[in-house]
Amino acid sequence: MSDTHAQTVPFVRDTMLPAAPPPDRQAGAVRWLRENLFSGPVNTVLTILGALIVWFLFVTFWDWFAHSVWNASSLSECREIIAATWGEGARGACFAVIRERWNQYIFGFYPPDLYWRPTMTFGLLMVALAPVLFGASLLIRRVVLAVTAVVTLGAMIVLGVPAGWLAFTALVLGFGLYASERNIAWLLPFSVIYPLLGVWFLWGGTLWGPIFVLVAPVLGWLAWRLLAGRAPMLGAVAAGVVTVLFWLFLAGDAASDAQGLIPLAIEPVRSDRFGGFLLSLTIGVAGIALSLPLGIVLALARQSDMFLIKSLAVIFIEFIRGVPLIALLFVASLLLNYFLPPGTSFDIILRVIIMVTIFAAAYMAEVIRGGLAALPKGQYEAADALGLDYWKAQRLIVLPQALKISIPGIVSTFIGMFKDTTLVTFVGLYDPLKSMSDAVRANIAWKGIYWEPFIFVGAIFFLICFGMSRYSMYLERRLQRDHR
Amino acid sequence: MMTDVSVPANPPFRLSMLIHDRRYRSLTFQVIVFILVMALFWWLINNTLQNLALLGKSFDFGFLFQRAGYDIPQTPIPYTADDTHLRAAVVGLLNTLIVAVLGCISATILGVIVGVARLSKNWLFARLMTVFVEIFRNMPLLLWILIVFAIFTEILPPPNAYRGEDPAWSMILFDNVALTNRYTSIPTLGMTNDPGSLDLGARITFNWATIAFVVALLGGWFARRAIRSRAQAVQDRTGDRPATWWKTLAVMVLPSLFLIWYFGLHLVPPSLQGFNFSGGLNVANGLVALWLALTLYTAAFIAEIVRAGILAVSRGQSEAAFALGLRPNRTMSLVILPQALRVIIPPLISQYLNLTKNSSLAIAVGYMDLRGTLGGTTLNQTGRELEAIVLMMLTYLALSLIISAGMNVFNASVKLKER
Repeated sequence: MSDTHAQTVPFVRDTMLPAAPPPDRQAGAVRWLRENLFSGPVNTVLTILGALIVWFLFVTFWDWFAHSVWNASSLSECREIIAATWGEGARGACFAVIRERWNQYIFGFYPPDLYWRPTMTFGLLMVALAPVLFGASLLIRRVVLAVTAVVTLGAMIVLGVPAGWLAFTALVLGFGLYASERNIAWLLPFSVIYPLLGVWFLWGGTLWGPIFVLVAPVLGWLAWRLLAGRAPMLGAVAAGVVTVLFWLFLAGDAASDAQGLIPLAIEPVRSDRFGGFLLSLTIGVAGIALSLPLGIVLALARQSDMFLIKSLAVIFIEFIRGVPLIALLFVASLLLNYFLPPGTSFDIILRVIIMVTIFAAAYMAEVIRGGLAALPKGQYEAADALGLDYWKAQRLIVLPQALKISIPGIVSTFIGMFKDTTLVTFVGLYDPLKSMSDAVRANIAWKGIYWEPFIFVGAIFFLICFGMSRYSMYLERRLQRDHR
Repeated sequence: MMTDVSVPANPPFRLSMLIHDRRYRSLTFQVIVFILVMALFWWLINNTLQNLALLGKSFDFGFLFQRAGYDIPQTPIPYTADDTHLRAAVVGLLNTLIVAVLGCISATILGVIVGVARLSKNWLFARLMTVFVEIFRNMPLLLWILIVFAIFTEILPPPNAYRGEDPAWSMILFDNVALTNRYTSIPTLGMTNDPGSLDLGARITFNWATIAFVVALLGGWFARRAIRSRAQAVQDRTGDRPATWWKTLAVMVLPSLFLIWYFGLHLVPPSLQGFNFSGGLNVANGLVALWLALTLYTAAFIAEIVRAGILAVSRGQSEAAFALGLRPNRTMSLVILPQALRVIIPPLISQYLNLTKNSSLAIAVGYMDLRGTLGGTTLNQTGRELEAIVLMMLTYLALSLIISAGMNVFNASVKLKER
């Protein structure tokens, strides 16, 4: 075809032209601008609108930030400094309140000479979490543990830790780093006992308490071993009964007796001294750790074939989900004493943790139920075909896949719960957001300071929650097994 | 060919079969759980009775019919301190509903706008919306309520800043709305031709004009449905769809316009009388702050839901619609939206529920909602924690169940009709 064509037209180019650069408007920044900001009238209007919004925010807040004062002892001093530096009538932020009172926002009314204890607790938390959260990637583990070690030890030295405890922390962190290089599973025993250790570090008192709490399951295990050969079911029941009875009736007395014989105690700290982010993190971490297993159990119960189990789970979940968290917190603070035997009263933080846990667990159960429902029926049938019993099928086939599907929902439940820890302010605990800011403002020096504490506390919440949501995205990518 | 398989005779029942035989095991397990749950309830109720006896209290709801003796700043139905605690609780419930309904409407509007804008091809605008969503989703709602409330109480001026020849502040929106540090003054509706009110008893009244508008809107809606189904019938018969937009517009708008003219409806803007605004409606800043904060916070979540819903409709759907020759707006309304709604509605329901429950954070701004009246002042005055909190929780529960039931009906109407 081209041959005939070539004979009818006077000229046909027979060499390739050299590649020419694209026109200016089709390359580089100009093209990007045309495609992304000014591709049509609507887009142009939107761009101008967006630029106006940015400009408005900048004009409103820039000078306020630029004029911030970090060194002052009261709000009026701040204002004087701003007026002296930037002229009368200038606006400026007074972040000096954070510099003066950061310790209250972080630790509440925890004794200042013991600030190292919460620091150590949350530093070691990262070691305990490493095998659970960062089990797969050596690089991430290395970075997280190294940063944790440096920050924790540095902060503890600044906060004035006794040499023995510093050595202990360094030892555990060092072991964490070593185990992370060699075999991360070595850390699992530490992860198991960490909750008790953490409670002991934070609240203090005698070490015998946690020890005897640990002794109970060991005794239960012994009972099971004794009976397992003859009657496995009886053995399991006996193990449970022994453990619970020991916790209920023996652990307390045994701990105080042992304390009398061999004193092993650190300074106790009462619950009303907790506050700020220490309180939020304590409630948040405990709630997260407890609500996930409870949520799984509830979700499985709701999917169960047994009518009674299913209806109990439905009633529980729908009741908890239908009621605001504040109402449950009021139950914790006002009504729980009615429901317990006369004369019992237990710790308000523990009560709040219980309520926050069951609240989050009900939501968690619905999220996980979604995951269970999304799993193809073939997976259940395959597990049955392999002859697995119910628990084996759930543990090996169903739950690993269902939990993977529900990761985004689970993490957003965690985030929601962590944000909701601020509501404890309404039952008289010192959350960082309201009670602590009110307490700071109650001092005449800081009367009328609103925005700086909000920004400080909000920024920390943002970092933690945003970090959690990014982690869930990482986890989703890591666990992705299909190829799309 | 069938052979006679000798079925083993049922083995004699042994106690261990309760555990080892799958026929009995689930029954055994359920009986054990039932006994344990009953024992737990018995224990809880027994403890409660003992504690009540020790405190010399009883469990009865008689206090609801006693004089409340406290004032509520904002009352949708007439209420004075001489009314009963029950009426105070109803006022609280209505206040909860007011902020919940307002919040749901505005959060949906804002959320849809933000969610769509986040998908916009405009780089700057999409980034801005992302920042909005991430900021509001990752900080506690309480923080936003406190910030908005602090803006109202700390930055806005007292009413007398609007006084004088050359006032420091002036009213916004064509002299209709005055923002002050105690309340936001908005216009009320006035009528030159007031038809009087329908008395429902218990001092609850509905103006006939309100009822007329509701009837007109409902009638318009049904008329619109009739018009559309007739248009559909014509289209099915002839292949041409008659233009319906002007008929729809007429039946939806004209009756209301007529009623506005007939009743002489007009805005009565607030005006400064002495130290305060009067004439308009002075909405307490607690309500405004709570509503704004709930709107912004929930809108961020709804934006994500809307975005996910639109992304869930595969590109092939819109391409197929274009290939069939549908115009972009018909593509949106006939192809994309029905499919996106299916994904959007269920999580949207739970956001509405969350918003309703989160409205109990009114405690932070002193807005008297259900928790503020029944679970707050009434509880403190009568000292009946048990009854007040149980009643409050049951009310919230009923509210949640009603909302989710209503929304599920709506969901059933949009979801995929499977055959």
